[in-house]
Amino acid sequence: MTPTYYLLLSALLFTIGAVGVLVRRNAIVVFMCIELMLNAVNLSLVTFARLNGDLHGQVMGFFVMVVAAAEVVVGLAIILSIFRTRRTASVDDSNLLKY
Amino acid sequence: MLLAQQGAATVSTGEAVSFWILGPLALAGALGMIFARNAVHSALFLVMTMLSLGCIYMVQQAPFLGFVQIIVYTGAIMMLFLFVLMLVGRDASDSVVEVLRGQRLWAGVLGVGLAVLITGAVARSLIDVTDQGLAGETANGGRGNVANIGQLIFSDYLFPFELTSALLITAAVGAMVLGYVNREQRGRRTQKELVEARFRGEHDRPSPLPGPGVFATANSVATPALLPDGSVAPESLSRLIESTTADKLAVERESVAGTGPAVGTRALAPGKEEAR
Repeated sequence: MTPTYYLLLSALLFTIGAVGVLVRRNAIVVFMCIELMLNAVNLSLVTFARLNGDLHGQVMGFFVMVVAAAEVVVGLAIILSIFRTRRTASVDDSNLLKY
Repeated sequence: MLLAQQGAATVSTGEAVSFWILGPLALAGALGMIFARNAVHSALFLVMTMLSLGCIYMVQQAPFLGFVQIIVYTGAIMMLFLFVLMLVGRDASDSVVEVLRGQRLWAGVLGVGLAVLITGAVARSLIDVTDQGLAGETANGGRGNVANIGQLIFSDYLFPFELTSALLITAAVGAMVLGYVNREQRGRRTQKELVEARFRGEHDRPSPLPGPGVFATANSVATPALLPDGSVAPESLSRLIESTTADKLAVERESVAGTGPAVGTRALAPGKEEAR
């Protein structure tokens, strides 16, 4: 086995996340799929850092994690406020920008 | 040369074993996340994937990122997800109805295509890559990865690092603004609006229900209120408590008005009413 296998695992995880975003209708689950895609990219960053013997990839992964945390906070707040007004967490039912 | 490079690119047996344990676990968690009907199950599957990824980071000489992954992702972010799931309601699960026809099928086809493309490209382009590794002296300077990451963040990446603090503060404030509900003003209408709404017909009747008539002879809520013509106001009676007073009053009113059943001259008039 070579470190390339980590990249293959990362590609598969990213694909699963993308398919989940396309398939699932619950906004929270869609959000979790986006998190999975971010994690997959992080795995590839860590693997590239290891392949190149360079720590910059790991620092990039760290920044991705910080941005993901901020994104999760704002995204979940948006989902909650949509749920408050529309009483639904399904992405099919949110067809208006206002109300 | 190529063989030597490929030989250098292979990893140790322990890492291979841990990869073949953790990798399938991560994949199974991801698949379980998109196939679980219940959103809470999806979240727990994603926790499994993230824990496996954290361990993989540690195996790949990224202990700092591994621990941040476990603490921040599975500890904070996924718990936030679970909190929101509980707030939104666990039964807010997916609808099985496809809004776009054939969407799942096409998503699956596109997913397989994407997987083939990425894995093919990665496998072909990285087939003879030398693994420099982070365990050697060149990368670490003998201080370990964590210390070097700290030095990188606070020297080369100082400005982006400061920017992340601004980002986090903005996100926190934004979440507070989005999540704030003014409970004093929401759903409370003024008296004028209420009166207008009543007369517009949003309620059953414009006035409140009549209270029970409490006479000098009775102080029970079963006592009916009387309308100006002396008849019983039916809305003043509780639907749950049966009112003998109201029945008696109605019978007496009928007998006085002469609309009740005719009483024969030979009948024992008081007894008949008592029998009711």
